[in-house]
Amino acid sequence: MPAQNHTPLHTLIGCPNCDQLYRVTAVAEKERAVCHRCHTVLISPRSAAFTRILALSLANLILVIAAVFHPFLEINAGGLTNRVSLLDVATSFRTGALIIVSVTSVAMIVLVPLTRAGLLIYALGPLALRNASLRGARGAFRLAQGLKPWAMTEIFAIGCAVALVKVADLAQLNFGPAFWMFIVLSLFVVLVDRSVCTWSIWSALDRSDQKATPHPLAGSEKA
Amino acid sequence: MSTARENGLVTCRSCARVWPIQSSICDRCGAPLSSRDAQSLQRVWAWWLAGLIAYIPANLYPMLITETLTSTSDSTIIGGAIEIAQNGDITIAAIVLIASVVIPISKFLAIAYLCISVQRRSNRTVLGRMRLFEVIEFIGRWSMIDIFVVAILSALVQLSVIATIRPGPAALAFALSVIFTMLSAKAFDSRLIWDHLPGRAAKA
Repeated sequence: MPAQNHTPLHTLIGCPNCDQLYRVTAVAEKERAVCHRCHTVLISPRSAAFTRILALSLANLILVIAAVFHPFLEINAGGLTNRVSLLDVATSFRTGALIIVSVTSVAMIVLVPLTRAGLLIYALGPLALRNASLRGARGAFRLAQGLKPWAMTEIFAIGCAVALVKVADLAQLNFGPAFWMFIVLSLFVVLVDRSVCTWSIWSALDRSDQKATPHPLAGSEKA
Repeated sequence: MSTARENGLVTCRSCARVWPIQSSICDRCGAPLSSRDAQSLQRVWAWWLAGLIAYIPANLYPMLITETLTSTSDSTIIGGAIEIAQNGDITIAAIVLIASVVIPISKFLAIAYLCISVQRRSNRTVLGRMRLFEVIEFIGRWSMIDIFVVAILSALVQLSVIATIRPGPAALAFALSVIFTMLSAKAFDSRLIWDHLPGRAAKA
């Protein structure tokens, strides 16, 4: 391979956002390697990151599924009560092209977060538990990262609050259990994303494929 | 050190691994590789224009149609925010206005500015433009809040004669506008910002 100065390529890391090239160095626990040009965080190992991501993703999976079936808002007006779950939202835009809107909304609130949690569990579960990886773990992790901007749990939670105020003069609204599930979910999603160090995970996937190494959690690059 | 490109290497934007510059697929994560995305700016402009076009009907048509016992009223994005403000809730009105007016318009301006500055091979305020791009990517999703509010309200407020809320045509236009501008920002190859720094031969 025509590498520069015959440096093995796997000991190099490029900044994905500005293309600056660096040599991979061992980054200590809780420290971060940052691109000195554009300040993108390149490596940020966390102890027990995989176990934490796995646990939180499992929790997210359960929360999303539970939240679908419980009402997240309840309305009272003139003796009439109506409560809605996400299933009702999914079917709320009945007229023509507006179906697209409800389908995309539900995809961003439910399907994408659900898929992401599932993919992370699939990719990192075996890595955290047995230091092995399943077939397709790489594709699963890459897809999970690619879906990140399209998961909009926290935006939906704020949307509930706005809706509550918006019809305040028309009727009285109350939060249902699913709303609180979404609040917790939003928090967990942030925690997952903060624990994900892409470089450590890809290195771990590389190691698990070369197999038979013991399990040094996230980080240290011993080449 | 220098850039991967200057060393005859290409960086995987998905996993940060570097490969010889002629590689087309990352052998580690499977993502397609390109040293600089040649069509990046074209795709950015295409999605940008689509988003801008969709944003016009999003503001002209009603977002919500409210039917009460005595009357039917519809409100556009801005009209709805004004109503909330008149009811005394300035904070929520501000959230709605920022999410559906300030953010989308700033996004259109910011993406256009980034593209034009790259096309003019500007080497000024590089870090500032990088920050701007990060902010756009982070904040763009929040415009979906208005769509969710419409979805929530039209599912919730179905109280037969007392009040019914239906989504208006602007909901579709606005959702499309947000999605198109998100795709526009995603298509932008931020490495282009860094290619024309002084003292570096632009090899583009």
